[in-house]
Amino acid sequence: MSGLATYLDRFLNVFAAWVLALIWVLPLFYAVWTAFHPAAYEARFELFAPLTLENFVKAWDAAPFARYFLNTFILVTMILAGQFILCTLAAYAFARFEFPGRNILFALVLLQLLVMPDILMVENYQTMRLLNLVDTIPAIALPYIASGFGIFLLRQTFMTVPKELDEAARIEGASFLTVLWKVYIPLAKPTYLAYGLVSVSHHWNNFLWPLIVTNSVETRPVTVGLSVFSAIDSGVEWSVINAATLMTSGPLLIAFLLFQRQFVQSFMRAGIK
Amino acid sequence: MRGLIFRREWITGWLLLLPALVFLFAFTHIPAVTTILNSFFSTPRGRRQAKFIGLDNYERMIADPVFWKVLWNNLWFALGTIPVSVALAIIMALWVNEKLLGRSFVRMAYFTPTVLPLIAVANIWLFFYTPGFGLFDQITGTLFGWPATNYLGNPDTALNAIIVVTVWKEAGFFMIFYLAALQSIPVNLKEAAQIEGAGRWTIFRRITFPLLMPTTLFVCVNAVINSFRLVDHIFILTDGGPDNASALLLFYIYEVAFRFWETAYGATLTVALLILLSLLAISQFFFFDRKVHYK
Amino acid sequence: MLKSFFLKAVAATALSFSTWASAQAVDLQFYFPVAVGGKAAETIQELTDEYVAQNPDVNIDAVYAGSYQDTVAKAITASRGGNPPQLSVILSVDMFTLIDEDLIIPFDDYLTTDEDKTWLEGFYPAFMENSQTGGKTYGIPFQRSTPVLYWNKAAFEDAGLDPDVAPATWDEMVSFSKKLTKKDASGKATQWGVRIPSSGFPYWLFQGLAIENGAVLANAEGNKTYFDDPKVVEALQYLVDLSTEYGVMAPGIIEWGATPKAFFEGQTAMMWTSTGNLTNVRDNAPFKFGVAMLPEKVQRGAPTGGGNFYLFKGASDEQNKAAVKFVQWITAPEQSAKWTIATGYVAPRPETWETDTMKAYAADFAPALVARDQLEFAKAELSTYQNQRVTGIFNDALAAAITGKKDAETALKEAQAEADKILAEYR
Repeated sequence: MSGLATYLDRFLNVFAAWVLALIWVLPLFYAVWTAFHPAAYEARFELFAPLTLENFVKAWDAAPFARYFLNTFILVTMILAGQFILCTLAAYAFARFEFPGRNILFALVLLQLLVMPDILMVENYQTMRLLNLVDTIPAIALPYIASGFGIFLLRQTFMTVPKELDEAARIEGASFLTVLWKVYIPLAKPTYLAYGLVSVSHHWNNFLWPLIVTNSVETRPVTVGLSVFSAIDSGVEWSVINAATLMTSGPLLIAFLLFQRQFVQSFMRAGIK
Repeated sequence: MRGLIFRREWITGWLLLLPALVFLFAFTHIPAVTTILNSFFSTPRGRRQAKFIGLDNYERMIADPVFWKVLWNNLWFALGTIPVSVALAIIMALWVNEKLLGRSFVRMAYFTPTVLPLIAVANIWLFFYTPGFGLFDQITGTLFGWPATNYLGNPDTALNAIIVVTVWKEAGFFMIFYLAALQSIPVNLKEAAQIEGAGRWTIFRRITFPLLMPTTLFVCVNAVINSFRLVDHIFILTDGGPDNASALLLFYIYEVAFRFWETAYGATLTVALLILLSLLAISQFFFFDRKVHYK
Repeated sequence: MLKSFFLKAVAATALSFSTWASAQAVDLQFYFPVAVGGKAAETIQELTDEYVAQNPDVNIDAVYAGSYQDTVAKAITASRGGNPPQLSVILSVDMFTLIDEDLIIPFDDYLTTDEDKTWLEGFYPAFMENSQTGGKTYGIPFQRSTPVLYWNKAAFEDAGLDPDVAPATWDEMVSFSKKLTKKDASGKATQWGVRIPSSGFPYWLFQGLAIENGAVLANAEGNKTYFDDPKVVEALQYLVDLSTEYGVMAPGIIEWGATPKAFFEGQTAMMWTSTGNLTNVRDNAPFKFGVAMLPEKVQRGAPTGGGNFYLFKGASDEQNKAAVKFVQWITAPEQSAKWTIATGYVAPRPETWETDTMKAYAADFAPALVARDQLEFAKAELSTYQNQRVTGIFNDALAAAITGKKDAETALKEAQAEADKILAEYR
């Protein structure tokens, strides 16, 4: 390839990557713009528009966001921990054990991939009521803890682990749980990371089920707080909504900006087999 | 002796599965079976008990024009979102994986959809699409002098507008998985190919893409499920309108079950969704199982 | 059996989590929706706290339950799960649905004294239309609204119109709008004459047009609709013509949420929207504006809207008594005035408007009175059995006509036929 062609090729790639990046970041830019300017500038983009922090004050006063944030954090952690434990055990069983009913049970697990708990809300509410768990964080978490998706994913990963490694460890006298802990889990790190990301991002965004099953400030997640601003009767107040959005997703975003190298590298390190 | 080992393996296997199965049965299978049973009964209302009506709900579904409309919408939605978001995700990942001017910023930009909750983002897109003073109209109006376009309020464009938001959300999300997978591809494979004079496209087609196959399986399963599950933004952007032009199957199920409170008919629609997803899952499973190589 | 076995197993597993944060035992649980941003939730909480402070024997847990849609979904889900709230604010039009689901009880059993009966008669009759059926009172008006016309006085002046006079008839609305609609050289509208939002629930504002044309959309028993009445067709044709024939309103479905902003941005010189916007417009409009009743065709008219208090089944006698006392307190003049001023909702009792607080508010902000005066002409908001489904069908028909997919008459005929099928079993 000639030097010019390579140069052009590179230029076009960079250019296209940037165009796409600008489109992708547009909603975030808009959120920042409106959050720091008075409502009058929601649809006017003037360079010297006055800056203000009033929207953040308004948003902060509209709902107890600090508490909601803590709740979301507890909720996501609880779900993730539960999912990791249950899915790991089940996936291990499916990947490496022979037992009667394995295929039928696996099919049942796959079925859960398709039945979203969101559809079974009325039934699940009754269950929570029977368990006396209504208005608790576990009530939001429990229906999602055993995840067909997680089991499926980890099973696929565990199946790529060479059997010889497993057998070698067994011969040395390691119990099956030790083998799981020492051999399988370390090798599946990228899968855990990827799955963790899916799970966290899904539950960070979940709205309807938490709204229905909880009543008090002590148990509700951030999305319920955000919904206060979606009231349409009085028109959308973009400046306040976006201030609230930035407040709630800001920590995640800043964390990513600061740690993105480590974040991507951990994927990478984990990925090297 | 052999039999004993076998039996111990059985018990270990079952024990390992037990906790997950308890939760699966309690929160998915038992409620799901109840749902299927409900689809053969009438909706109980107040003091009127549900009564067995056989396949009446299914007949009603077949005759329901809205059902066919949302089904059609959903297929169009899946076709519009899955290939585009997966392709974009791969391209984005390839870009950020290379040395690129301002890579940190570009990477962060692609990552934004994952961080912003859909319920909040939907309001931002609502502004973008607003006719007249919305961002898109301001841009097209200034650059090309186009008249105001009512993207969300026109049955011909409403669904496409929703698809765009979904692709934005999905591609950025899937990009992360491809990026992770790309990082794990040994550099020397690529270098060896380059030394042999292979072009970028050849390297991608012969080396990178096949090695990305397990990720593609993962992403595609996710994309298919999401194309039937992501309806949150519809509530804010169009509420399924105009005249159901942008309603999807799950949205309609939600509407029937939690707005109209016709739980039995909602259950029937759920069964239809289940059958559809099972068919998709099975065909996908077979399609990929042949292509993905396990050691 | 199978279910209970599994539940027990799960319960054991869940026990370790469950100590986390279990709900407090309360005497009264009260769900409320928020449909206007800003201070609504805060004000309800303040009022509730004030009441509890004054009445130590009651403990009220006010629970924010999302939008109106979310609130009714939450209330019905909770009731079916055996855990109903004792009191909830829900759309007045959901009355028949709640009766049909057998979830609510009438207030009459707890309003037995003469004093109570006088109190009940103290609400505006227009608000009671959606609150009573079969001689019983199921709803007590609380956060009620009605649509009004807002106009931009500066735009009127620019167009050579008297800035202090709003259109009073349909014809005037068209002729004013024609003067107000501005187009640039390429024919692109930079300012529309009028904006009647139609996303989500187009039926509400459309009902204003229908009432003005002398039509009724549904009977008081909630089991018969009149969607294909020629007067309704004519009203829909007028709405469609605003865009297609007269070219004074933006074509297609018009978004509710963006409507106030469009008004502030000068995209439209007039808008129809809820009184729930008064505070918002007052705070944010960068020009002088006026508020007027909706224009008339054969008569003035508007639907009512918003939410009522409902008493849920399953509460003890003491709880119901306490709930009724609380409702009486929160709708009393001083509290009601505070609520109205904070949100823009129409105070549902004439006596509230006689308080000094309200008089001072109205003197300072005359538009607040327009909604009250319009109540004289207001009619019940469209409400039937299986209300959400029937209005859903009606909404679809309106959307189809507005977007030109069907003509007004066909769309409404089809909607009527479908509604008939649903409502037949309630006659």
